[in-house]
Amino acid sequence: MSNSFEFIETTTQGAIGTIELNRPKVLNALNTKMISEIVQAMEGFDKDDNIRVIVLSGKGRAFAAGADIDEMANASAMDLELLNQFVDWDRLALIKKPIIGAVHGFALGGAFELALCCDLLFAAEDAEFGFPEVNLGVMPGAGGTQRLTKLVGKTKAMEWLFTGKRITAKEALHYGIINQTFSKELLFEETYKFAEQLAKQAPISIRLIKESVLKAIDHSIYEGMQFERKNFYLLFSSEDQKEGMKAFIEKRQPQFKGK
Amino acid sequence: MFETVLYEVRNSVAYITLNRPDKLNAFTEQLNKEVQLAIKNASRDESVRALVITGEGRAFCSGEDLAGVNDDMDHGEVLRKRYNPMIVELDKCEKPIIAAVNGVAAGAGMSLALACDFRLASEKASFVEAFIHVGLVPDAGNLYHLPRLIGHAKALELAVLGEKVTAAEAKDLGLVTKVISVDTWSEEVSQFAERLATMPTKAIGLIKRNLKTSWHSEFEDFLERDAQGQRIAGLTDDHKEGVRAFMEKRRPVFTGK
Repeated sequence: MSNSFEFIETTTQGAIGTIELNRPKVLNALNTKMISEIVQAMEGFDKDDNIRVIVLSGKGRAFAAGADIDEMANASAMDLELLNQFVDWDRLALIKKPIIGAVHGFALGGAFELALCCDLLFAAEDAEFGFPEVNLGVMPGAGGTQRLTKLVGKTKAMEWLFTGKRITAKEALHYGIINQTFSKELLFEETYKFAEQLAKQAPISIRLIKESVLKAIDHSIYEGMQFERKNFYLLFSSEDQKEGMKAFIEKRQPQFKGK
Repeated sequence: MFETVLYEVRNSVAYITLNRPDKLNAFTEQLNKEVQLAIKNASRDESVRALVITGEGRAFCSGEDLAGVNDDMDHGEVLRKRYNPMIVELDKCEKPIIAAVNGVAAGAGMSLALACDFRLASEKASFVEAFIHVGLVPDAGNLYHLPRLIGHAKALELAVLGEKVTAAEAKDLGLVTKVISVDTWSEEVSQFAERLATMPTKAIGLIKRNLKTSWHSEFEDFLERDAQGQRIAGLTDDHKEGVRAFMEKRRPVFTGK
């Protein structure tokens, strides 16, 4: 994949597509252009048959310290309405392939919201998360109040959003915000080990599992189960289902093709 | 750079000297802050591979300056704002830290010494859990570190009775690594620190990290820590140099990388 982005860098390694936030001098402060580049890169990987897993991380000292304050300090409500910048964030939720976020240093404000858009999150042991927006007289606007609350419930979400307090990796792990922590030196190595394992799983299974799990967040259990059932049936039209079950009976490793 | 701390880097060792000798190096808000910043400097400075914390004059540190204590003082806030950030900075530092206890280490001064990795004691040194004598509780991590160093029973004895522990007694308790005579004090402290500063720095940091974790880990989680620690150490130049030197039957030259 060609790399013609200004604020991010993309690379591929086997079936893994990586997006790195690349404004290290400003701790990868998120601006609207960076977000639209992330979305563009994600959609590119989503369509690329060679890619099975997407990894999102930050270059330099941190994942990202937050949104670019200069960009919006003087904006009016109408400016923001007409700019409609969050529409790009909505497209992130439509990515079908699994997204793994690897967070080191900080993921604050908009960067925490970006991390919450990932399907799985790994973090360095000394990483910190948080929503400091309240300290600037604003609040999260790209899903922070919604996604955090869905993840941890009202009690802790309220506390963290009201106070702007930093959430340590340990707390984040405890509350189920992240999947696992690693020594900071090994975060990326371990993330790639996991990504490589994930890339070996049957891609259509992963795709439909992701779609079904996300349904559970917004829909009633009845609707969710109807949806799950349809996806379960749908998998029986894939070659990978035939191969997987055949390999199981023949006591050998399956070879999944993503078809 | 600092007013109440002397900071000097010599032969890869950062010497942080508490410098209020006329007050027996008692802590003030400024001293807490400057010790914290000095440790941060040493942690970040890649040329530094070991730290020595010591006191100017006849005391190591006599603890909180009681001249500043009054009825309106919120002791909890004093710890949260002044002492805890200093001790956390010390705890975060992955380089070896030596408390060179040149004289009395009392109260929070003792807490500072306990938070270090090694304690070298001058013959004239002593340790005093002075808190109880003013109706207070050992703080700044003191009661966390003390039982880990000398066991629960002895820790309780020292904290409750508040008796002075001489350098020789401290050595018997396992509280200090070595007692050094006054005549050779500075040289021996430097020798010890410089020896640490030529060792595999990253491996020392990982030993510190894993030992600390061992106190609050499940065994199987800890074994995973072992694996991660050894993977990191296995990637260092110092590991490669150590193996090469062994094969070539020569002394290794470690760079801390």
